[in-house]
Amino acid sequence: MYRVAITGIGIVSCLGNSIETVGEALRRGKSGIIVDENRKKLGFRSPLTGAIQDFDPKKVLPKKKRKTMPDFAVQTYSAVMDALWMSGLSQKEIQNEETGLIFGCDSSCIAAVEQVELLREHGETKSIGSGLVFRSMTSTITMNLNTLLKTRGACWTISSACSSGGHAVGQAADFIRLDRQKRVICGGAQEINWESMCSFDGLGAFSTRIEEPKAACRPFDLHRDGIVPSGGAAALVLERYDLAKKRGAKILGEIATYSFSSDGSHISVPSQNGLQIAMRKALKTTNMGPSDIDYICAHATATPAGDAAEAESISAVFGPKTPWVSSLKSMTGHELWMSGASQVVYSVIMAQHGFIAPNINFEEPDSSSEKLSIVENTINRPPRKVLCNSAGFGGTNSCLILEFNE
Amino acid sequence: MMQTYLLCYENMRMTDQEIIELINSSLSEEFELNMKDMVPEAFLFKDLGLDSLDVVDMVIVLENAFNFKIREEEAIRKIRTLGDIHNFVVKKKREIENKL
Repeated sequence: MYRVAITGIGIVSCLGNSIETVGEALRRGKSGIIVDENRKKLGFRSPLTGAIQDFDPKKVLPKKKRKTMPDFAVQTYSAVMDALWMSGLSQKEIQNEETGLIFGCDSSCIAAVEQVELLREHGETKSIGSGLVFRSMTSTITMNLNTLLKTRGACWTISSACSSGGHAVGQAADFIRLDRQKRVICGGAQEINWESMCSFDGLGAFSTRIEEPKAACRPFDLHRDGIVPSGGAAALVLERYDLAKKRGAKILGEIATYSFSSDGSHISVPSQNGLQIAMRKALKTTNMGPSDIDYICAHATATPAGDAAEAESISAVFGPKTPWVSSLKSMTGHELWMSGASQVVYSVIMAQHGFIAPNINFEEPDSSSEKLSIVENTINRPPRKVLCNSAGFGGTNSCLILEFNE
Repeated sequence: MMQTYLLCYENMRMTDQEIIELINSSLSEEFELNMKDMVPEAFLFKDLGLDSLDVVDMVIVLENAFNFKIREEEAIRKIRTLGDIHNFVVKKKREIENKL
């Protein structure tokens, strides 16, 4: 089995659209959450959301190419191009059967709404145009990337709610480990618009701390009151470690292992031990002990139940003295389908820039989170062995362990 | 009678050249084509880089620009060049005008 190197990263997020900007925001504990006034008018319970600033799709791709791409697919392309540039791989080196694309995404709402509206307005399907059918599928990400990049290996999009990005990166790493692909461009993407969030808002799961948007997302805090939705796109280039070394690529880190589990329990409330099982499996496959992990990039979305379940799982696995733990969702909000992948990108950024980002808005623990060593202020040393958790509706869990040795 | 006259006048206002210019500018905008490439001899696929999906959108663009409906017409399937589009639209416009 082969080692899996990370040789490139790219991101479009509410913290910024470049590695430098995002790194600075993470280090300073800066939040990307705003109030969307339109959501207030529409009847949302919570108008809070992450927002992508200063991203113009027209500057990234021409109109003809954008026709089949919703905005989050254009953001993914932009993140992928940044990651490829960082990796130093040429076009020729990726246009083959050994290079794959695996991304996580679980919705594409706007196109579905638009095509229905056009048909109702015009009374014939001819008037819908050629682009919407491709935009309306969640695999629009890999569908479009394949035609733009001309890779010829794996090409699909994984859907598993908020663990989509985690499973996508994990599966990509496994394919390389098992020599099914030499390199895989992977990641996750999440649309930001009210149409895709209205039914989620209807569950009452979002924070309503509207008067203080930057303080609204409070993972592990006693006074947390729910999720703040967010989004964007995160991309990584994973390669066979030996091949990356051979061509002189800079190794940003390694995916040491990927493991998964599912709860077999409730559709929206996490079980007490599902994530625990995934974490134990991950440690077992790497022959690491709990004390080898020095940082946990938690899933913790700031729901009362979810954060408690994760805290108990972490405590059960890691004992009374846990590694440092922070949920970056305190700054980014919950990037949903993108989050499992963006955690990896954020972890690489922290390792490269020499810090561990804080879990902002953590003022008082509850009986579960008090068992954790929460990062309250930025730690000025890089993480070495990072465990990234992500979990989705239906109780699907992903656990990645990253190593930063170089 | 007056309305028929005005409708007739509306449709008769465009010369062949005006029709061609509207076709070229509409397609140029939709597909981000260079106006200097918009010559009658230009093949849609080979020279202008359009594909079968673009033809779907081309029909919508022409219908909106000229306010007519293009059904599943045999003539559309035979279009290969920009000049073929010019001829098709001019012919269709004149057919509509003659019916009025």
